[in-house]
Amino acid sequence: MAMDAGMIEKLIREGIPDAQVSIEDLRGDGDHYAAYVVSPAFKGKSRVQQHQMVYQALRGKMGGELHALALQTSAPADA
Amino acid sequence: MTDQNVIDRIKREVGDNDVVLFMKGTPVFPQCGFSAAVVQVLTHLGVPFKGVDVLTDPSLRQGIKDFSNWPTIPQLYVKSEFVGGCDIIREMFQSGELTELLATKGIAVQAA
Repeated sequence: MAMDAGMIEKLIREGIPDAQVSIEDLRGDGDHYAAYVVSPAFKGKSRVQQHQMVYQALRGKMGGELHALALQTSAPADA
Repeated sequence: MTDQNVIDRIKREVGDNDVVLFMKGTPVFPQCGFSAAVVQVLTHLGVPFKGVDVLTDPSLRQGIKDFSNWPTIPQLYVKSEFVGGCDIIREMFQSGELTELLATKGIAVQAA
């Protein structure tokens, strides 16, 4: 099952409204993505908590429809 | 919902072993690239760990996801604490944070 990159980006933005999101289709197969998410909402949160926020935004699609999403999250450097 | 027995088993595993990796396959024969990557990091650091193969038990495969509120496998636990999945472990390894964390928790690491 594949998922569109635009849809992933949209869901993350909806879940974390002030997030900067960039998505990379790693293999061009619509199934293996990397996402880079930067948001002030991540400030003071552990990496596990940051990733959980992104998974939450994806509403259970991760691990199901979305097979592989390499995640990198951070808070903006100046926040 | 996950059976209490499964949750109890997970708690036992992470309580009885300092470093536990819930993974697909075994440390010697990982069945998934993400699990293999974490095994590689731990092996490189010379950290003794227990691998728990979730593919042998569907209830465990779902149970570990419910336990940590984390949708994917592998999952690494150090001294009962969920540290992360493949991306986080890789990132922490590269930045040196993983070695630091292990040291803080009193786990011996070979000088890398």
